[in-house]
Amino acid sequence: MSNTYYNPEDLKKFGKIGEFSPNLAEKFFSYYGEVFAEGELTAREKSLIALAVAHTVQCPYCIDAYTVDSLEKGSTEGQMMEAIHVAAAIRGGASLVHGVQMMNKVKEIVM
Amino acid sequence: MQSLKRKNHELADTLIQLEVLNKATQQGIQFPAFTQKLRDINLFPLKPTQLEIFQVNVGKMCNQVCKHCHVDAGPDRKEIMTRATMQQCLDALALTNVKTVDLTGGAPEMNPDFRWFVEEISKLGREIIVRCNLTIIVANKKYYDLPEFFKAHKVHVISSLPYFSAARTNAQRGDGVFEDSVKALKMLNAVGYGQEGSDLVLDLVYNPSGAFLPASQGGLEKEFKQKLKQGFGIDFNNLFAITNLPISRFLDYLLESKNYDGYMEKLVNAFNPVAATNVMCRNTISVSWDGFMYDCDFNQMLDLKVAKIAPQHISEFNEAALNNRSIVLNQHCYGCTAGAGSSCGGTTT
Repeated sequence: MSNTYYNPEDLKKFGKIGEFSPNLAEKFFSYYGEVFAEGELTAREKSLIALAVAHTVQCPYCIDAYTVDSLEKGSTEGQMMEAIHVAAAIRGGASLVHGVQMMNKVKEIVM
Repeated sequence: MQSLKRKNHELADTLIQLEVLNKATQQGIQFPAFTQKLRDINLFPLKPTQLEIFQVNVGKMCNQVCKHCHVDAGPDRKEIMTRATMQQCLDALALTNVKTVDLTGGAPEMNPDFRWFVEEISKLGREIIVRCNLTIIVANKKYYDLPEFFKAHKVHVISSLPYFSAARTNAQRGDGVFEDSVKALKMLNAVGYGQEGSDLVLDLVYNPSGAFLPASQGGLEKEFKQKLKQGFGIDFNNLFAITNLPISRFLDYLLESKNYDGYMEKLVNAFNPVAATNVMCRNTISVSWDGFMYDCDFNQMLDLKVAKIAPQHISEFNEAALNNRSIVLNQHCYGCTAGAGSSCGGTTT
């Protein structure tokens, strides 16, 4: 067994997560499948969103899975990287926008 | 880049390829036998339906050396079909109601008797497909008139273009291939290929540039049409999405990049019974440069000839005997049954 918390082989076992709680797992996977089906958004757009979110939540399993899935849905390397930049921009922006809070506080207490 | 054969690579030996495909992997994974998968859905032994397509590989010589090539074709391959063997193909064809003759290679146009062969097939009134790699049209002055020649015989042109961007196409097919392909596509468009209202058909083939399955054919076609039109003013008819089969140079890539286990697992897990029912080997006979017959082009490249119940050489062609044969199967067949299925005409479901 790999001596790390993350083992790539574990991704294949995701489907077996229901072993300890089949009812909840069944509900989750049914929902999951429905979420990623073609809808108002295409399956490819959803895959790119998933790829971006995977980087935000920093889940190596999800990054692996949605890199392959995005390629198999026909996305280009450029589109995939742009999706990640969107995630990075929001993440960076989320820190930066709190600067307003800092500025508010500064203005409150500084003469 | 040289062919596996020229490099004396061990995978140039088809028996070694079959050994790799059938033994447990280095990680100890033993994939289920493809024949068992067909047994499970009552499709074994796999029998032919109606012979509709005569696919003829007129030689392994090619002006390109694509990284994924299942033929292991290239400029260093000298295997070329002779006019005598072509005549045997024509004699066999005349005995059948086969609708379509699908000419492939290598670059089929490099065979010195290619044009003669097309003219003779044309006289028999069959639809002719030429699997043109596009760059051959601009490779040498003597090929510049190929679009006109194709037009004169109403040849259905099917051409590989793995992507609508230069980077991904050239990474798979060689430097400058995308740019030359664009030039050739414009030449084909100029004589009427792929144009609205024209009966000159130009189809493109997409295959993944790596160890993953193709995207949905319909979605890709839409995107290819938009990008090629906007970027280059190019029109075409249909896009076929094809899965890379784990043989020859693509097998070498999978092993070298350590993607073999994952890719095979993906193919096996994506086994689709409907795709299995619709595999192309059921209505096709594939003839090699030296006149032997195979159930498909991939079996040809693994030297798995048609079952011995029928004569194996085109000079002894016997359609009734061929119709009674069982199709020869092996582990590479998973490539045609994965997901939406794959054939020389794209997805099968």
